[in-house]
Amino acid sequence: MVPPLLEVTGLSCRRGGRPVFDRLSFGLGAGELLALTGRNGSGKTSLLRALAGLTPPEAGTVSWRGVDVAEDPETWRGRLAWLGHLEGLKGDLTVIENLGVAERLRGGEAGDRLDSALVALDLTGLAAREVRTLSAGQRRRTALARVVLSQAPLWLLDEPLNALDAPAQAAFRTALQAHLAAGGLAIAATHAELGIEGRSLELGPTRSSTS
Amino acid sequence: MSGFTTLLMRDLRLVLRRPGDVGVVLAFFVVATVLFPLGIGPETNVLARIAAGVLWCAALFAALLSLERLFAADYEDGTLDLLLLAPWPLELAALAKCLAHWIVTGLPLSLLAPVLGVAFGLDGQSLLALGATLLVGTPTLSLIGGLAAALTLGARKSGALLALLALPLCVPTLIFGAGAIETLAAGDGIVTHVAILAALALVALATTPWAIAAALRQAGE
Repeated sequence: MVPPLLEVTGLSCRRGGRPVFDRLSFGLGAGELLALTGRNGSGKTSLLRALAGLTPPEAGTVSWRGVDVAEDPETWRGRLAWLGHLEGLKGDLTVIENLGVAERLRGGEAGDRLDSALVALDLTGLAAREVRTLSAGQRRRTALARVVLSQAPLWLLDEPLNALDAPAQAAFRTALQAHLAAGGLAIAATHAELGIEGRSLELGPTRSSTS
Repeated sequence: MSGFTTLLMRDLRLVLRRPGDVGVVLAFFVVATVLFPLGIGPETNVLARIAAGVLWCAALFAALLSLERLFAADYEDGTLDLLLLAPWPLELAALAKCLAHWIVTGLPLSLLAPVLGVAFGLDGQSLLALGATLLVGTPTLSLIGGLAAALTLGARKSGALLALLALPLCVPTLIFGAGAIETLAAGDGIVTHVAILAALALVALATTPWAIAAALRQAGE
């Protein structure tokens, strides 16, 4: 059996003194999608933030290829593409400027991939527009284009379908499927059906079982 | 282009897109400073004696005005998460943000202060010394202010808290900055004062980026 690329073992998190999830364990292999489901406040975002290293867990480990990511957090961060509930875009910069800056902050150069990312999320016509002039759905697509552009092996997505219309959802699914087909991994917290075959993990009050 | 340069250029570009934000800071500096000659009257001896203190205090308050938004904007639009997740040291990101702040506030304030010093009746040598001390001292204000901005991130009434945290820490810089002009008036050189200001700036440079990064990580949790 091939060991999972990403392995989460005994992960526990507390917020405001109350346990959000407790001793959570799961693994994820190349090309796999994990959908995090559950009611509001069930800990989906907290789990994503704990995986990213934004929130230190109370207990447990996250391993990549068998190595604890806490040993080299900078390398771990380079393997992640993050989409939070906030888009992470500067309103006074254009779509293309936002994407270019984000990619350079990750240590890369967008180059020709920038056009591909814009095409993937149908943003070509909006590339020169300042983000503050865009609708909520267009801003979400720009943030998703940033994820596509990153070429990171692991995508961590918090409600990726928020504010997207049907064509934009289809474009996102196509991009996600291409990422998974290329051996990438994705974990998405969602209330909506992602429409892509994958595993799911329902979080609830002090969730402690594995998926 | 490195992450440090990218972040620095991004922040400078954002300022260029909204020049009014810096304009307000500089306008505050001018108005606050010009009020003193108007209020005290045209007694050149009195004005020249208080000039350095007034200009340094006004520069400090003006710098603080813009510091509240130093990290708050990134915190509110989610770009702080991207900085926290960038695969290079967050300390460098903190430094890039403070450097951008200095370029758009500390540097113009240092260039503007000697011009305003004319209204206080300062002589040419004192005007040059004022500009020089501000050039060496204002980076400390940006670094200490950056730390206060990071520590108060997400707090209610963060502007007042920021001032309460930053002002006491800026007192040594203020004393040696303003004191340099008095020393010059007494017939001594300002080298010692400038050296102390530079030392304070180096201490701030060596310590605050780490503290700012720790505060930002805490705010991002």
